[in-house]
Amino acid sequence: MICFEKITKTYGKRLVLDNISCSLPKGKITSLIGPNGAGKSTLLSIISRLLDADQGKIYLDDICISDYKSGDLAKRLSILRQSNHIDLRLTVRDLVAFGRFPYSKGRLTADDQVQIDKAIHFAQLEDMAHSYIDELSGGQRQRAFIAMIIAQDTDYILLDEPLNNLDMKHAVLVMKTLRRLVDELGKTVVIVIHEINFAAQYSDYIIAMKDGKIVYNDETDQVVQAHTLKEVFGIDFDIITKNGKNICNYFNIET
Amino acid sequence: MIYAGSIVSLLVLIWVSLFTGVKDIAMRDVFAMNSDQLLVFTIARIPRAIALVLTGAGLSVAGFIMQQLSQNKFVSPTTAGSLEAAKMGILFSILLIPQASIGMKSVAALLFTLAANLLFMLMVRRVRFRSSVFIPLVGIMFGNILAAVSTFFAFKHGIVQNVQEWMIGDFSSVLQGQYESIYLILPAVVLAYIYADQFTIVGMGASFAKNLGISYSTIVNLGLFAVSLTVSVSVVTAGAIPFLGLIVPNMVSMMMGDNLRRTLPMTALAGSIFLLFCDILGRTIIFPYEIPIGLMVGVIGGIIFLFLILRRNR
Amino acid sequence: MKQRNKIIAMILMMVTIIALFMLYNTGPNLDYVIPRRAIRLATILLVGISVAYSSLIFQTITNNKILTPAIMGYESVFILFQTVIVFIYGDKTFQVITHQDNFFYAVLLMMAFSFLMYVLIFGKSKQNIYHLLLLGLVLGALFQTFGQFLQIVIDPNEFSVIQGFMFVSFNKINTDLLLIAGVTLLGALLFGQRYLKYLDVIALGREHAVNLGLNYNKLVKIYMLLISLLVSVSTALVGPVTFLGILVTNLTYELFQTRKHRYMVWLCSGIACVALLLGQFLVEHIFNFSTTVSIVVNFVGGLYFMYLMLKTRKAI
Repeated sequence: MICFEKITKTYGKRLVLDNISCSLPKGKITSLIGPNGAGKSTLLSIISRLLDADQGKIYLDDICISDYKSGDLAKRLSILRQSNHIDLRLTVRDLVAFGRFPYSKGRLTADDQVQIDKAIHFAQLEDMAHSYIDELSGGQRQRAFIAMIIAQDTDYILLDEPLNNLDMKHAVLVMKTLRRLVDELGKTVVIVIHEINFAAQYSDYIIAMKDGKIVYNDETDQVVQAHTLKEVFGIDFDIITKNGKNICNYFNIET
Repeated sequence: MIYAGSIVSLLVLIWVSLFTGVKDIAMRDVFAMNSDQLLVFTIARIPRAIALVLTGAGLSVAGFIMQQLSQNKFVSPTTAGSLEAAKMGILFSILLIPQASIGMKSVAALLFTLAANLLFMLMVRRVRFRSSVFIPLVGIMFGNILAAVSTFFAFKHGIVQNVQEWMIGDFSSVLQGQYESIYLILPAVVLAYIYADQFTIVGMGASFAKNLGISYSTIVNLGLFAVSLTVSVSVVTAGAIPFLGLIVPNMVSMMMGDNLRRTLPMTALAGSIFLLFCDILGRTIIFPYEIPIGLMVGVIGGIIFLFLILRRNR
Repeated sequence: MKQRNKIIAMILMMVTIIALFMLYNTGPNLDYVIPRRAIRLATILLVGISVAYSSLIFQTITNNKILTPAIMGYESVFILFQTVIVFIYGDKTFQVITHQDNFFYAVLLMMAFSFLMYVLIFGKSKQNIYHLLLLGLVLGALFQTFGQFLQIVIDPNEFSVIQGFMFVSFNKINTDLLLIAGVTLLGALLFGQRYLKYLDVIALGREHAVNLGLNYNKLVKIYMLLISLLVSVSTALVGPVTFLGILVTNLTYELFQTRKHRYMVWLCSGIACVALLLGQFLVEHIFNFSTTVSIVVNFVGGLYFMYLMLKTRKAI
């Protein structure tokens, strides 16, 4: 389980995270939602040690993440940010192979090769395993990066807006892959996501943030309610229930 | 208010500049100078003060135009290879026509500077990674290349030391009869004032400009021409003055914001004040000798620039 | 297979150019010419490897193919130092200071300079490699201005001494210096060897590197130390070769498909040595010493840089 306590972060004078504490349940998908500037990405970066908090502690399975060696933590927790501009001529398989770096330090063993193939298979990228990443579409490239994270084989997987700039098909493919990671492999997935309906359809828990604070933290259906979402985003929502899951319409509601 | 203060300090500095020098001319003698003093005054002191005012204003405005066109606060003649290009122009005019007149040198410098600026803008547009610090890096590399090419030829002809000399601005050689091309800066500054808004719009990109009905290439070329003219005549008359076009517009925008019509005259004024100040300092520190202004501005400007970078870094 | 052919071609080319360099037009005094050429050859190999190694690492950690550590101001520090010495001692410079001392102080100064920059940038909480670069450039420009000023004031006859420092020539190296530089290079290479594998990951960018468990900040500091050592030694040995780094690294990227640094450094070093040997050969036998190898390399490297900048949108 990931717990964080009293995290505070400021950029200059602006308070981005205001003394927040919470825990993220194991073996589930948790979505972080909230308006722009709520502090979601900052929180994710702090949990994944890409960024240092001004105050507060983060515990991964009851051990403070600053007590982990960076190399060991990389076998427990992985992070994928949204900006992935790489100007290297790598094939998809080369890229995925980097996910094994924490284990092999660059010299791939037979076991690593197996893991790489598994990850490519899991992300359904066999067809393009030998294509160069700079020749792929945005959606395919994003899935290649997700395959790299899968090859890293960590219990905890953190993703910052994995659906950014993806078309509907790739967005669905990515979310299904994440769901299978949790259901089939027992991983814990935490994502920052903007499209509320993807969060409503695929996640187990939702944490809603606003102005650097956590305003709701509950099971998905409890958070996806008209009044809660209105409080978070400041616009009206119309909730439709279909197959036991909530869908919201907020696109053009007469008030 | 700021304006009044600036104009007063400009006038004071011009006054001080006129009465600073080896030849002792006291202020009370202004109206009763002997022929010797009058000669020094008209041949050296007045041209020098005029050149300082015009160069200071011109280079700051040139930096300002470049910053608008490239939409990058760190671009200036120093960080875009313009100075090196001007130097290259002078070098080639001398190599081809050993007795080249100042006019010929100016034309050669102008052509080279213009070409270099066009090329630089082309590169800026091609750089995908538009980090504020990266563009000037490209520009400085570009300048290094031009310098490398110049050195190649300068070395072959054994004039490396002379070439170095042009790279340090020095107003002590500004004399009546040799500096008049510096007046070409005036139209360039006026041009900048008229087209200031257009420069900003063009800086936002070709499609943005087109949308507002402005001809992209005309305005860019106009701006680069004004910049090249200023840079080349100032290098030919006084030599290179680094950092001026970089720090003055930045400091003015820090103090007064980015309202073009308001800040542009201030940028010109501040440039003149800064240059006059550095020149007077350079003339008095090791009196009766002079520290060339290129060095003074290089040191003071460099330190201010460092401060600007580190401030951004925070 | 094609890859292997290219490597073989490069080795053949290297052997040919070395043979040519050593044996072309030797004249009758073999005992005199050969050992001198051998020293020059050794220097060139040393400089080639240093430049290739440092530039490659530098480009990987800055994630940028058009930069070289030389632009960070080391060279200006070196030139200023030499200018000051000549300014003080004039043409008696080398009666006052031995070449060894001069070399030692020059390296020390350049290392101190890079240390100063790291303190300035990394001392702040938010580090950014581009700020480090710009800082280096500006400090470099400052030193350069000082240097230029002194160079103007210096007596034209003494200026030739400085000019000797400003432009690489492999003609005036003494063997003791070469030995010191060689040992330093070997030490740096041995030390760097175990860090090469991390560079493959750092090439993916900071966030991916951290995600994959690298201690990014510590590694970058180590690499910077290594780079400043290599650049200082090669600059103090033969003077600045600004654009060689860009030229050879980009040729490496273009010619060879590999992105594994433990292979790349050697391929790149090979190209650097070939380029320098070729340049030196041209200078000796075609230009008859009317120019120097650094000027030729900077000229060609500079043009190649322009070509890179303008060739494609993707290059940068």
